[in-house]
Amino acid sequence: MARKKAKRVTSDADATTVVVMVLYITESGPNSVRAIANIEAICQEHLKDNFRLEIVDVLESPRRALADGVVVTPSLAKVSPLPAATVVGNLSDTGEVLRALGIRG
Amino acid sequence: MTGTKKSLPQLLPKIATGIQGFDELSHGGLPRNRITLLKGGPGSGKTVFALQSLVNAARQRNEPGIFVAFEESPRQIIANAAGFDWDLPALAKKKLFFMDANLSPEVVQSGEFDLRGLLAMLKDKKEEIDARWIVFDGIDVMLTLLQNPKSEMREIYRIRDWLAQNAVDAAIITAKIDGDSAQIANYGFLEFMVDCVVGLEQRLECGVALHRIQMLKYRGSGYAKGEFPVSFGRGGMDIAPPEPTEIKQVASGERVSAGFERLDTMLGGGLFRGSSTLITGVPGTSKTTLSGKFVEAACRRGERTLFVSFDEGPDRIVRNLTSVGIHLKPHLTSGVLRMYSGRTESVAAEDHLVKLKALIREHQPLCMVIDPLSAISKAGGLEAARAVATRFIYTAKEQKITVVVTAINESDEPESEATDLQISTIADTWIHLSYLIRGGERNRALTIIKSRGTWHSNQVRELILRDEGPILADVYTAGGEVLMGTLRWEKENAESAKTLQRRSEVDQKRVSLEFAEADTRARIKVLEHDLERQRVELETYSSDDQARMVSTSDREKTLLRIRSADSTVRATNGSAASLEKRHTSNGSGKSGKKSKTETPDGP
Repeated sequence: MARKKAKRVTSDADATTVVVMVLYITESGPNSVRAIANIEAICQEHLKDNFRLEIVDVLESPRRALADGVVVTPSLAKVSPLPAATVVGNLSDTGEVLRALGIRG
Repeated sequence: MTGTKKSLPQLLPKIATGIQGFDELSHGGLPRNRITLLKGGPGSGKTVFALQSLVNAARQRNEPGIFVAFEESPRQIIANAAGFDWDLPALAKKKLFFMDANLSPEVVQSGEFDLRGLLAMLKDKKEEIDARWIVFDGIDVMLTLLQNPKSEMREIYRIRDWLAQNAVDAAIITAKIDGDSAQIANYGFLEFMVDCVVGLEQRLECGVALHRIQMLKYRGSGYAKGEFPVSFGRGGMDIAPPEPTEIKQVASGERVSAGFERLDTMLGGGLFRGSSTLITGVPGTSKTTLSGKFVEAACRRGERTLFVSFDEGPDRIVRNLTSVGIHLKPHLTSGVLRMYSGRTESVAAEDHLVKLKALIREHQPLCMVIDPLSAISKAGGLEAARAVATRFIYTAKEQKITVVVTAINESDEPESEATDLQISTIADTWIHLSYLIRGGERNRALTIIKSRGTWHSNQVRELILRDEGPILADVYTAGGEVLMGTLRWEKENAESAKTLQRRSEVDQKRVSLEFAEADTRARIKVLEHDLERQRVELETYSSDDQARMVSTSDREKTLLRIRSADSTVRATNGSAASLEKRHTSNGSGKSGKKSKTETPDGP
C-alpha cells in the first residue's frame, strides 16, 4: 500500500478535525517535488498538526493510483472530512488548495 | 552498387484498421509502431474511428488495446457505442481496457501538472494485458488544461517518448482540431511529430450532415488523395473507398430478360447480364411497372433479386404492381426477392450507398432495381448524389449484378436527365418513357435511346398497361407521325374492317365460282348422256344397215335364181320382167317396214 514519506501524523489535543489527504506524485518529476514542498508548507501554516498526509509514488504503485482514479500527477486528494476534493498541479496556487481543502486562509 | 541486386526500399510496415474503405485509401492501414493523429471537429467521428480500430484488432486479430478517454468517461463512450454491433461491454472485460482520464469539472487546478503518473499507470496496464493498440482520445482536452504552450509541447514529447519505449503496434491520438480555429498552441507541432495525419470532418450541406475523411499526411507512404465520404452503420464507420482507376469488369454475353418478350425483342434479345439499365421518364410513365416486370422475370428464373425503392413502402409497391399483373408476393415469401424501402429526407447520398452496399452484402442478388435512383439527390448536394450514383453502378458492375435504375425527369425530354444524375452516360442501356399527346390523349411511349453492344429497335412503341401485365403495342406511322391510343385504335379498326371486307369479297367470289363449276359439271353430265344415246343409236343403225345389206343379197340371189330360170326360157322375158316388178314391189314393201323403224330419226 502506501510507501515512502509515510504518514506524517501529528496527534495533538487540538479540537479541530483532522484532514486526511493523499498526494500522488512521480518521484523524480519537478512538479512532484514542488508539490510536496508546497503541501508541506500549507499544512505547516494552516493545519498545524491536524492533518494526515499520505504520499503515493505512482511510478511505484500504478495500480493503487489507477484504482484511486488518479489521472495526472501531481494530484492531491482530500479524503476526509467530506466532501472529498481533488486538486491537480504542483499546488503553487495556495488559495486554490486551501479552498479545495475547506480551510479558511 | 555491387553485382547483387539493389534491395528494394523497405515498405513501410502497416497495420490494418479493418475499417471498411480506410485500409484501401491508406494503402494498407496505419503505420505500424508509429503514431497516427486523427483530427477533426466535434462529431466528426474521431472516437468512432479510433474505437472501431481497437474493436477490430481485438476481435479479428485478438490484439488487446487500451483506450485512454480524456474527453468522456468510459461509461459514456460505451453507452454511445451501443448503436454499433461491437458488444463493447463484453470486450471491455477482456480485450479492451478503458482508462478514465477525464478530469471531472470539480477538480481544482493549482499549478502545473504532467502526464508522468498517467503514463506510468498505462505502462503497467499495457504490460498486464499485453496491449498492442493504444488510443489517446481527445488529447486536446488534456493539453488545454496545461494552459501553457511550453507544457503542451513537453507533454506531447513525453507521450511520443513513452510510445517509443513501450512498443505498441499502433497508437492513435485524436484531437478536436477544427480547421483554422486550433485550440492547442502546439497543434502544428503535434502534426509534425506524428507520421500519419487523418482529417475527419462533418459539415452541413443543404440541411444534411455530411461526413468526410481525408488523409493529410503519411510519411513514407502513398495514399488516395482527396476527400472520401463517410457514413455510419451498424458495423461502425464505413468509408467509400476510391474507385479503382482501371475498370476490370468482364463483359458477359449472356442475356437476361428485361421483363417481357416484346421488350426483349426490341433490345435485340434482352439485357446483358451484369449490365446497367436506366429508365427515365416524367412521373407516371410506368417506370416502376417496367422495373417490376424485370424483377418478376428475374424471380421467376429463381435469381435472387433486390428491389430498392424510395419514399414508398414495399406493401404499396407490391399492391400497385399486382393491379397490372405483376405478382411479387410469392417471391417475397420464398425469400428470392428482398424489398427495401428507404427514406430520402435528410439522408445523405453516401448513407444510401452504404445501405445499398450492406443490402447487397446481405442478400447477394443477381438482379437489382432502384426505383427511383434519382431520389438520392433529394437531400444534400447534387454533386454527392452524382458521385454516389456512379459509384453504385460501378459497384453493381463489379459484382456482376444486372441493375435497372429509374430516374425521374423533370421534363419529357430525355436529355434533361443529362443535367440531373448523369447516369445516362455510364448506363449500358437507356430506356426512355414519355407521354405523347395527340388527338386529345396522353399515351405512354417507350423508346430505347441506347443499348451498348447490341442491336436495338429504333422504333417508338406504345406501352399499354393491362390487367395481365404491360404490353408493347405496335405503333402506326401516318404521315411520318406515330399513332397511339385512340388514333392507333381507329387505325387498327379501319385496318381490320378492310380485312373483313376483303375476306367477304373473296368468299363471295369463291361461292359464285363454285356455282359455275357445279353448273359446268351438270352440263357435262347432260352431254355425256347425249353422247351415250348417240353411241347406242349409231350401233343400232350399223346393225340395220347390215341387215339391209343381207336382205339385198338375198333378193339378188332370188333374182338370180329367177333370172337363171329366165335364161333358160328366153321367150318368157316379158313375163319375167313383170315378175321382177312384182318382186320389187315386194322389196319396197320390206323397205317400207324398215323405214317405219327409222322414222323417229327422221325429224
